[in-house]
Amino acid sequence: MLSALVRKSREWLESRTGTETSMRRFLMEDIPSSAGWPQVFGSIALFLVLTQALTGVLLAINYTPSHDEAYRSVTYVMREVTAGKMIRGLHHWGASFMVVCVVLHMVQVFLYGAYKKPREVTWLAGVLLLLLTLAFGLTGYLLPWDNRAYWATMVTVRLASQAPLAGPYLVKLAGATEQLGALTLSRFYAMHVLILPAVTAALIGFHLYLVRRHGVTPGAGPHGPDDKFYPRQAFRDVLAIFVTFLILFAIVFNDAAPTERMADPTDTAYVPRPDWYFLFLFQMLKVFRGPLEPIGSIGLPTLAVLALFAVPFLDRTAVRRVRQRITAIGMVVLAVALWSALTFGAMAGSPPRVASAALAGIPPQLTQFAADELAGVGLFRREGCGGCHNLVTGEPKEGPNLAGTDLQKPREWRIVHFNQSNRAAGGKGGASHLSLAELNALSVLLAKLTAEHGHELEQAPQQLIDGAEVYTSHACGSCHRVNGSGGEIGPSLNGLAARRDRQWILRHFAAPQALSPGSVMPPYHFSKTEEDAIMIYLLSLPQ
Amino acid sequence: MQAGRRNFCETAIYVLVSFVAAALGLPAGFYLFGSPRNETPNEWIDAGDISNLPAGAPRQITFVRNRVDGWSVRSTKDSAWIVKDGPEDVTVFAPLCTHLGCAYHWDTKAGVFACPCHGSAFDRKGEVITGPATRPLDRYVTKIEGARLWLGKSKPSSES
Repeated sequence: MLSALVRKSREWLESRTGTETSMRRFLMEDIPSSAGWPQVFGSIALFLVLTQALTGVLLAINYTPSHDEAYRSVTYVMREVTAGKMIRGLHHWGASFMVVCVVLHMVQVFLYGAYKKPREVTWLAGVLLLLLTLAFGLTGYLLPWDNRAYWATMVTVRLASQAPLAGPYLVKLAGATEQLGALTLSRFYAMHVLILPAVTAALIGFHLYLVRRHGVTPGAGPHGPDDKFYPRQAFRDVLAIFVTFLILFAIVFNDAAPTERMADPTDTAYVPRPDWYFLFLFQMLKVFRGPLEPIGSIGLPTLAVLALFAVPFLDRTAVRRVRQRITAIGMVVLAVALWSALTFGAMAGSPPRVASAALAGIPPQLTQFAADELAGVGLFRREGCGGCHNLVTGEPKEGPNLAGTDLQKPREWRIVHFNQSNRAAGGKGGASHLSLAELNALSVLLAKLTAEHGHELEQAPQQLIDGAEVYTSHACGSCHRVNGSGGEIGPSLNGLAARRDRQWILRHFAAPQALSPGSVMPPYHFSKTEEDAIMIYLLSLPQ
Repeated sequence: MQAGRRNFCETAIYVLVSFVAAALGLPAGFYLFGSPRNETPNEWIDAGDISNLPAGAPRQITFVRNRVDGWSVRSTKDSAWIVKDGPEDVTVFAPLCTHLGCAYHWDTKAGVFACPCHGSAFDRKGEVITGPATRPLDRYVTKIEGARLWLGKSKPSSES
């Protein structure tokens, strides 16, 4: 009964759409018997495109492309949404896999001479797909709107502005004539999720059509009769996809997609770095300096792309065995060597990536706050402000919730309020003993407190709060900048864990000039408790 | 191709494709339908001083609440209908009709809560007088401290 229903349904669908016949024709395509494992990369690339599309759609349903919400929505996916970390990890690392796979596919096609007549246009479409893959990477990089995204994209936009004739138009199109903001973000988003996918889908369709039209390139020399795509080559493709997927999954589980602190246009200490597949360009700019810079940033990359387009028209010889294609092999080896040298050169100059906050067991979102805000929470807890107030939520209390919308009092009012006995501490002796730095920290906390920040601050671990209090009570912020606030006499302390270790910092506290000749920093001698607290705070600061 | 080898290839294709589809599909399902880790906190909202509110006819009150909305927490204006029968005896109804979520109002002449969308009507206790609504108005959990009214979550009347 059920099988009859299934059979009838299949027959009905087949008579109306012909999908079964089409599928059979697709699977039973003739392929040369010489085809084998080297031909699997195209299928892996196609699988990765589909994975990127799926995970991209899932990420898009929890994302707002606005400069004040983008970062929050990404951290929401990472922290709150079930399997959100995995989905973003698959998308993030999948993008790298895409680049690797597309390049491997092109290398295979190049070595096998599969771009030769009549397959020139298939190759051209492939080169365009490589460029589209890189464009996906470039536009997607900005979307998390963290410091890394902001500053790396800033460099990209400035590089694009050097393009002859098109430069100013590209910058205008990116909405980045002054600095990156709402316009840039929404345009990159539209490019990433609307324009590029549409163009890529059309081009993949065209590429596949041409592959079907001309068939898989047969190997040189004698070979047996044609085989069918299914099941032997289909098995190779599926197994290769499976292995790729396992590796991708292992990386996703092992290493979460990175999120730095929210984009800060005032952070002058940040050294931006692109994703690994663009590192060679980053390093090339160190070779071509000053007036020669456009050669490295625009000239050579443009030449490389033009050379790729020209390949089928420059090499019109007959297809030969791979082992006989000495020039082609030489060119691939040279390109790989150049790319590797530049990439490894750039990586050697990169600071080590340290998940410092994670090492200290501190949720990374808490390391985004100014020291004063965290120290303010410490005072709120210690001085018993919670007797009368909630930070955000809780059982009703005599005083208003501090994240309420009606608390935008001037700083002077707040200082007087903190100093009035029986008000600030719910009748527990007042807060008049607080130092100016402490009063300021409380004041900053209240001025910046919003309902959503308050939820995070309420859960801040005491060790981080203690460290921030040591930092503010010794007025470190007068000379050093942290998370965009503080002085600029000394260096920014963001990302300190990537630059210095605990022992170095402790020796520096004791005798700054011994390690930093010319430093105007006075020596500090902390108690053991203070030392431990400030170390946790300093080493947890994000990049 | 030999039959045994062909069978092996075909079986392997089905198994591997199913595995990859499941490994992608399951997280996608959890992502779409799983609950976010931090649900809306169970907070009490200060709905204001009700000491001067006259007993008798229902009144609409407005208040500000912090609403966790995905990745943001917003302060939004909200409203409720309050029926006061004594200083400590108040009932507070959520402001939406239980049929399809239209905002209803108190019809003074008829003495009923009337929904303008599809004609549902409810009495002072929130019970259905005429449909299409099938269940009473949702009520807020309430508590009174001094003169102030605090609202908890709104629930269907049968749960309160």
